[in-house]
Amino acid sequence: MREISYSEAIREAMCEEMRRDPTVFLMGEDVGVFGGVWGVSHDMLAEFGEERVRDTPISEIAIIGAGLGAAMMGMRPIAEIMFGDFLMCAGDQIVNQVAKARFMSGGKAQVPLTIRVTTGAPGSAAAQHSQSPESWFMNIPGLKIVVPATPADAKGLLKTAIRGEDPVIFLEHKMLYGEVGPVPEDENFVVPFGQANIIREGKDVTIVGVSIMVKKALQAADVLAKEGIEAEVIDVRTLVPLDRETLIRSVAKTNHVIIAHEAHKRAGPGAEIAAMLAEDAVEYLDGPIVRVAAKNVPLPYSPVLENYVLPNVNDIVEAAKSFWPGKA
Amino acid sequence: MISPPETIPPIDIGGLHRDLLLEMYYRMLLAREFEEKLYYLFLTRPMPGTMHQATGQEAVAVGVVSALQPGDYITSTHRGHAHCIAKGVPVNEMMAEMFAKRTGSCHGMGGSMHLCDFSRGMLGAFAIVGAGIPIAVGAALSAYVQRSGKVAVAFFGDGAINKGAFHEAANMATLWKLPVIFVCENNQYALSMTVERSSAVTNLASRAVAYGMPGIQVDGNDVTAVYRSALNAVERARSGQGPTLLECITYRIRGHARFESSHYRPAEEVETWKKTDPIQRLRQALIENQLTSEAELASIEDRVEEEMEQAVAFAEQSEDVQPDDYLPYITMEINHATT
Ligand SMILES: Cc1ncc(C[n+]2csc(CCOP(=O)(O)OP(=O)(O)O)c2C)c(N)n1
Ligand SMILES: [Mg+2]
Repeated sequence: MREISYSEAIREAMCEEMRRDPTVFLMGEDVGVFGGVWGVSHDMLAEFGEERVRDTPISEIAIIGAGLGAAMMGMRPIAEIMFGDFLMCAGDQIVNQVAKARFMSGGKAQVPLTIRVTTGAPGSAAAQHSQSPESWFMNIPGLKIVVPATPADAKGLLKTAIRGEDPVIFLEHKMLYGEVGPVPEDENFVVPFGQANIIREGKDVTIVGVSIMVKKALQAADVLAKEGIEAEVIDVRTLVPLDRETLIRSVAKTNHVIIAHEAHKRAGPGAEIAAMLAEDAVEYLDGPIVRVAAKNVPLPYSPVLENYVLPNVNDIVEAAKSFWPGKA
Repeated sequence: MISPPETIPPIDIGGLHRDLLLEMYYRMLLAREFEEKLYYLFLTRPMPGTMHQATGQEAVAVGVVSALQPGDYITSTHRGHAHCIAKGVPVNEMMAEMFAKRTGSCHGMGGSMHLCDFSRGMLGAFAIVGAGIPIAVGAALSAYVQRSGKVAVAFFGDGAINKGAFHEAANMATLWKLPVIFVCENNQYALSMTVERSSAVTNLASRAVAYGMPGIQVDGNDVTAVYRSALNAVERARSGQGPTLLECITYRIRGHARFESSHYRPAEEVETWKKTDPIQRLRQALIENQLTSEAELASIEDRVEEEMEQAVAFAEQSEDVQPDDYLPYITMEINHATT
């Protein structure tokens, strides 16, 4: 299969959907003339014109609010927020308006709004440009939270988001944009929400990865294999909805689970997954549920500290080995 | 193409003290050279993160801050080095921060986009566009309530003026007649967006009308003009008459951030604006009015160069931040840090 980057896969999903559906459009800061600060929407302005690729002022409230208004009135907006950290500028629109429009209207409002946003630490970008906001919104019913980890999923999940009827927060990891992998060219290739992907099979320990930590989990699995531990790596793909069945089935097989994400550990996505497993799968577990995540401190500027705070491959390896203290 | 305002008027130094003018020259040059040094460092060695240069905009920071007292407050933005230097934040500490060292202004936690120095009234650079505006209003509120006589300045960009944060802060500050000056540094661009492409009304100072405060437009590349306008605004604020919106017309000579190539603007546009360089204009005025000599200016230039060398040496010799340094900086209850 043809291989393209995560970034190109996202662009391809947007372009294909905009070609097939005139109600789809993109708006955000520097998405047009500049082509997106990460280059994701490069040359889309040339193809679709200013009407459908809209450069906005620095006005996050209006970007999300206008996205909601347009979505309710028959459009399918893709609203881009440059950094996850800036979602909070539009907090009211996201939490109180977008998430609840369908509910409060007794189902009259349709909200096919896709909020594309970047997540994760790109390296010394410090406390206001490095956060992983996924769990900030997991607590809010009415939002779907999508965390693609591979180029193919980035394309397929984004298409599902754009074609769906509900608001989606689509989190693109900055350090995955350059990642290259096979991506189907079929314009009807979609990846449904709520289906985790068993990306590597194993019998000893389940590693549930979120976003970039899927990649690190695979690297950890390679290391563990050399030590005789067979890890099963699962990419959650979507945090809301969460694929409980796949996770529980895997844990029933391996009896050990590690959850890895780049968001802070406290009340991060892993807290929800761990609680779910504690409620529904405790009988399968032969050890504690272990979370490998960023420490509960703001993201620093110092590279030394950033290294210390962010979860890495070795943290996963050590966590897995801790299940079998006797093993070398 | 965005051209500078008509012909470049000569700088009017009438009535301004020689020492003040030389100090402004020194501060602008220090800000310029700090960023030029950083640019060179980013090119020649691994440096953490990124930086946003205010090359060509130094007169805004220095002109405004020269109208303040040392105890007054400022809030800044992602493009904040010049504001810091104008406010007297030591360049050694700023440079050490860029190197993420223990001796840095924020002890390596914040970096370029979060520089601060509370002892000098520099309350922080805020990397969320517009975030510093209401914070300056709060500092002004404290000054008002404490009857300290201090004023606060919010520096922000032409892009930031489109944030709700500006409008909420402007209304509240005028309503309460708080001692704050809103300094909109109109450098013609918010990243790739020209003012024309992002603001329905391009005379940004005119937005003051909506809130009932004076809105003043000034040549932001003329440090004396900025200084005089700021002086009026500061006096107004200090005497209890409330805020002013000061729009300083300037130009961002460099890319938005480190090495950003600015393909969205013609190269000639940058060249045209370079002719309005605030440092060169002041230099010329100082010489033409015989307030100084080439030799004296050269000695200032040497001093700046020397300070830069020292700042880099200081940063290099300082220790890296270590994980334990983290502990005191999260909350007062330090045990939260690693759980
Ligand atoms: C809330 C928010 N939105 C977007 C950004 C990304 N961003 C950083 S600087 C910038 C442009 C700011 O323009 P302006 O206010 O004119 O300041 P300048 O960069 O020209 O100094 C943008 C869009 C941000 N940091 N914060
Ligand atoms: Mg600007």
